[in-house]
Formats: sequence, C-alpha cells, structure tokens
Amino acid sequence: MNYFGDPAVWLPFVFAGLMGLSILIYVVLDGFDLGVGVLFPFADDEEKDRMIASIGPFWDANETWLVLAVGLMLVAFPAAHGEILTALYLPVAIMLIGLILRGVAFEFRAKAPAPQKTLWNNLFFAGSLMTALSQGFMLGMYVMGLDWTWAHAGFGVLTAAFLTVGYSFIGATWVIHKTDEYLQRKAVDWAKGGIWGLVLGIGAISVATPFVSARIFDKWFSWPEAVYLAPLPILSGLLVVWLWVMLRKMPFAGDRLSWLPFAAATALWVMAFGGMAYSFYPYVVPEKLTIYAAASAPESLFIILIGTCIVLPTIIGYTILAYTIFRGKATELRYD
Amino acid sequence: MDTLILSRMQFAANISFHILFPTITIALGWVLLFFKIRFNQTGQERWMEAYRFWVKIFALSFAMGVVSGITMSFQFGTNWPGFMETVGNIAGPLLAYEIMTAFFLEAVFLGIMLFGFSRVPNWLHTIATFLVAFGTMMSAFWIIVLNSWMHTPQGFEMIDGVAHATDWSAIIFNPSMPYRFAHMVLASFLTCSFLIAGISAFRWLIGGRTAGVRVAMKTAIVAAALLIPVQILVGDMHGLNTKEYQPAKVAAMEGHWETASGVPLILFAIPDDEARENRFEIGIPKLASFILTHDWDGELKGLNDFVTEDGEILHPRVAPVFWSFRVMVGTGVLMLVVSWAAIGMMMWRKRGVEGLPKPMLYALVGMSFSGWLATLAGWYTTEIGRQPWLVQGVMTTKQAVADVPAPMVLSTLIAYLAVYVALLAAYIFVIFYLARKMSRGEDIGTRVAPSPAAQPRAIPAE
Repeated sequence: MNYFGDPAVWLPFVFAGLMGLSILIYVVLDGFDLGVGVLFPFADDEEKDRMIASIGPFWDANETWLVLAVGLMLVAFPAAHGEILTALYLPVAIMLIGLILRGVAFEFRAKAPAPQKTLWNNLFFAGSLMTALSQGFMLGMYVMGLDWTWAHAGFGVLTAAFLTVGYSFIGATWVIHKTDEYLQRKAVDWAKGGIWGLVLGIGAISVATPFVSARIFDKWFSWPEAVYLAPLPILSGLLVVWLWVMLRKMPFAGDRLSWLPFAAATALWVMAFGGMAYSFYPYVVPEKLTIYAAASAPESLFIILIGTCIVLPTIIGYTILAYTIFRGKATELRYD
Repeated sequence: MDTLILSRMQFAANISFHILFPTITIALGWVLLFFKIRFNQTGQERWMEAYRFWVKIFALSFAMGVVSGITMSFQFGTNWPGFMETVGNIAGPLLAYEIMTAFFLEAVFLGIMLFGFSRVPNWLHTIATFLVAFGTMMSAFWIIVLNSWMHTPQGFEMIDGVAHATDWSAIIFNPSMPYRFAHMVLASFLTCSFLIAGISAFRWLIGGRTAGVRVAMKTAIVAAALLIPVQILVGDMHGLNTKEYQPAKVAAMEGHWETASGVPLILFAIPDDEARENRFEIGIPKLASFILTHDWDGELKGLNDFVTEDGEILHPRVAPVFWSFRVMVGTGVLMLVVSWAAIGMMMWRKRGVEGLPKPMLYALVGMSFSGWLATLAGWYTTEIGRQPWLVQGVMTTKQAVADVPAPMVLSTLIAYLAVYVALLAAYIFVIFYLARKMSRGEDIGTRVAPSPAAQPRAIPAE
C-alpha cells in the first residue's frame, strides 16, 4: 500500500479528484436536461414532447452522477459532508423536492390522462427550475464560505439566477443537436439568449472568489502562477466569442456541426470548473476543512478505490453505449 | 417537539414512502424478465402484452423509487451527520458500492429497456431487462447489508469514537444479513405478486379479458401461493435470529415485561409504556416459550431487563413494535388464505384463472396493496424495535442527529409529507387509470404522446 507514498496523502487527493470528476460530469449531463426543463415554457405542446424525448433515455443516469458525487463526499470526507449539508439544509430540501417533482413528471405526464398532462408539464418545469436555482444558490453560498449573512445570501441569489441561465444555455445547445427544423432554430435563439447568463455567471464567480479569500487571491495573482493560469480565462473568452459567432449563423446546411455548441458549452464548463477546483484546493469546506483533515480512514478508502477502478470505466462504457443507441435526432419515444 | 423527534419523523416519512417502490421493482424486474424469456421461447404475443403493460408500472415505480432514494442519501448529511462521522468508514464503502454497482446499471439499462425495443436487437433488449433486474437486486443487497450491520454490527473496532473496519467479510455477512435479505426479497415478490394479481383481477372484472391479463394473473397467483409459506418460514428464522442478537426487540414484539419461563403467546393486549405493563391481555399459555425456544418452559428475557440501574431505558417503545408486528403477521396470514384459496379454486374447476368466481376476484383487487401494508408493518417492527440504538450497542439515534433548528426540520417535514401524499395518490390513480385504459383496448404503447392531433381518442373526464 505504500508503493505510492503515504496513503493518507494521496488517497484523499484521489478521492477529491473523483468527487470533482463526478460533479463535473453531473453539471454537464444533468445540466443539459435540467436546462431543457427550464426552457419548457418557451415551447409549445408538440415541442415539449420532442424535448422530453431528447432527454428521456438519459436523465436518470445523468442524475445518478449527483448521487455518486454526494456518495463519494459522504464516504471520503464524512465530516465535510455533514458540515456542508447541514449548512445548506434549506436549499438542499428545495433541490430534493425539485428533483422529486421533475423525476416523476417524466413518467406521469406520459401516463396520466391527457387533461392532466399540462399539470405534469408545469410540475416538470417547476421541478427543474427549483433544482437549478437551489444548486446555483448552494454554489454561491459555498464560494462565500457557507456563512449565512444577507450579503452572502444575496450573492447566492445572483449565482442561482446565473446557473439557471447557464443550464438553460447548455440545454438549448443539446436541443440544437437533437432536433431539427423549427424547434432547432428556436433552440439557437434560446442559446443566444442564454450565453449572456453564462458569461455573467462565470464572470461573477471568478471576480468574487478571489475577494472572499486572500488565499485564493494569492493563488491566482502571484508570479509565476498568474502566467500559467492566464490561458484559462483567455481560452474561455475566445470560446465565448467563437460560440457567439457560430450561433448567429446556425443552423448550417445539412445539419452540419449541430453538436458543436454543446461541445463548446461543455468545454466552457470544464474550464470554469477547473478554475474553481484550483481555487479551493486543498479545502473541501472553504477555509475551514482540508481534504486531508476530513478524509476517512485509508483502509476504507482503499476498499472503495479498488472497486472504483473497475466499476468507473464500466459505467462510462455503458453510458457511452446508451448515448450511441439513442444517437441521432430525437423522435417520439415508444415502448415498442 | 424537538429536532430529534422531528428528524425521526422526517426520516420515517421518507423511508416509508421510499420503500414502497423498491418493494415493487425488486421483484417486478425479475417478473418482467420472466415474461420476456417466455416470449422469446414461445413467440406468443400474450407474454409480450403482459410485459408491455407491466413495464409501464415498473417505469413509474422506478422513478418514484429513484427520486425518493436521492432524498434519503442527502438526509444522511442534512439530518444525521453523526451517523457518517461515527460509522462512515463502514457505511461509506457499502453505500459507494451500492451506487457504483447498482444505481448506474439500473439507470443506464432502464433507458434501453424502456425505449430501446425497436433500436436494439431482441437479445440486447432481453439482456437490458436482466441487467435492470439484477441492478435492482444488487441495490437491495448493499442497502440491506448496511441496514443489517446496523442491527448486528461486527468486524470493526472503535478508535477515538470512530468505527474502523477490521474484517469486511464479517461486516458484509453479518449475522442478521442473510435472514433480512431473504425476508425483504420475498416481501418484494409477494408485494409484486399481489399487485399483479389484484390489478389483473381488476382488469378482468371490467372486461379486459385478454390473454396477456390471463398469463399475468396466473403467474402472480402461483408465485404468491408458493412463496408465502416460504416467507413465513424465513420470517420465523429471522425472528429467532433477532431473539439472539436483539432480545429487547423480541420482548417488545411479544409484549413481555418480565423475564420468565413458560411465557404465554400474547394475542391481544394494550401495552402501556408509562405503567410498564399490558392491559387487556389475552394469551395462549406457554406458547411463546415454545415458539422461540422450542421448549414449553423456556426462559424469555423481558423488557425490564433493558433498563439500567439509573433508569435509562434501552429498549424501544413497546406499543408501536407490538402492534406493527401483529399487523405484519395478520396480513401475511391473510395472504396465505387468499392465495391458497385462489389456487384451490383454479385447480378444482380446472379452468385456470377463468375458474375464479367474482368474490375471489374482488378479494384479489382488495389485496392489491396488501404487500405494502405487510412490508411497512414489518419495517416498523424492525426499525422502531432497534431504538434507542441507531447502530446496536454502538451509537444511539440521539447521538447522530444534526444541530438544525426544529422549525426548519418541521417546515421541510411538512413539505415532504405534502409531496409524498400527493404523489402516492397520483401513483395509485395512474395504475388504475392505465388498467382501465388498457381494458378499453386503447394503445398505451407511447410514453410520450406524439401530438394532440395524432391522438384522436378523447379521454373522458374521470
């Protein structure tokens, strides 16, 4: 067990990495299907069915990445798990009720009598909105160090709005890829609207984070780190400009490059997430608890790591299989 | 009310709501696989018809189970942080394995199982059905390993108040796990059997007498009749195991206050926790001793043995355990009577389910959700029976609770309850709605209705 040095050092690091990876996969994957839910009111009934069809086979597995992320935090950093979740008690409850409502709405809207379908459509929207807003609020509170003051809650409200718009942006890019004709053109418009929320959101967090903590400020604005890190904001900026130019011309003839906005949106999120991870490392509860102090016993982490090394590639493998089976434009979902 | 009792109520509400749906899906996955394999073997459309109807109920139940399960995984942190901080080294890996080996498997292949029929080859669809059933079973396995360990913990040592694993095979194969797992899986098969039998009988009664309804009803009745005696046997073995490891729980189930020999089996009583005695007790002399020790004069421990010298009570409240146990056993006996009567009628008249008289069909409809009743009652018996311990002998429930203001817990409790009650009503309504719609011969093959224009049949207001 000592081949790679002290397991009490590298195991927490590995698990922080795994947790970060699941959160990242979660915000990209569930981000787009939550976004589709947030965009629901802008679509007519027929479009709603197609939008649901574009995420129907995926949403459940997408959401499981959240369970994995929280599960990993719970197993690897139990003290942090308790501290973060009790501090965020109310937004977590709102998110959970949101997840419940939208999760069951998928099934009920298709099975309940037709007159009730509108109700379940509305609940699907409401649930998606509650989930996105509360996740954004939690992100803001986390960045601010999990203290409940008016100023921090205010920042939380701001990030709640931005993350929701950000989700709707990636949701729109997903709809661009999975649909065609009128709905696709509509989705391009949604994406053009959503991109501003994304830019403002990433900007707000990037600006706010260093000013909350002198430690994070030093991490970003000291020589030579600032130079190594410069590509992150610069690349993000270029990507946004490029996305904007592309979206103005889309959709291209023959549906060429319809996957591109989604890929670009994903790249943006990866960079934003990387920046955050860099800022907060080695803390898991900002400025209070490091991953090393919060980590579980090495022997327990080791047991999970062995399983993870086998299981995680398998999960990724059959996730890819599912996305391959349901590739192409979303059509009506049928059981037979 | 303080945070502890509110948090307990909230967790009880969550788990009670959650457990209803895995109880259906654990077995229903295998039943669907059975339908699918029969279809593959025989090519008879009736098996596929049964599959198509019940896969919808599966999808609905699965979604309900997933979302309520996510709620529970978060509540470990929001309401019971002490639990993970104390036994996280053991509970953590078990939960992680549940997520990694079960949740993803179910979630990914469910999509293929539901919507992939026309997109993948038949064999892959059958495999997807198998993997979903297998994943659901794995999920049940891991969570019951953890739950059983909390009842009969072993394979660990306490260092500075934190549990550290010393022997994983002892943790996983803890003494009550095999009984608990078998009891739960059988409970699921019985719940599922009575649901299928009840809903099929309902469809039969309102005129939906298709071949698919017939095979589903027959499968369910035969499964119920075969499994209920097995369940009674396993339940008895589970009880003996509990007597060995959690004698306080058994004493509460039986309603015995004093340690004594030749103890009667109490059929009816009103246990009074304040006065520490039973009122209106009716019992059969010496029978409890005989059942639990196989000796008419065997000695059984009473509840008064679980009170420390300074008056701390280390046994559960008696009345809820005593009563929920009787509800479970009573429901089980009713299941035995109804399923055997149905089998008897089918064999006597030699006409399969067509030989069932109307009163029998009504009885089956009435029993549609009997499995839920028995499972919940059994769950309360075992979980309330564990109190005041959260992990038997290691930590109490009180030690795990979060320091969250009581009004906050109350507000979320009310919100959850409102959502749960509404969803449960919607769930039951939709099952019967689908059954009625199917019986009218309408196509419910689409999950997402194509468009209002393409859906010519107006559905009458219900």
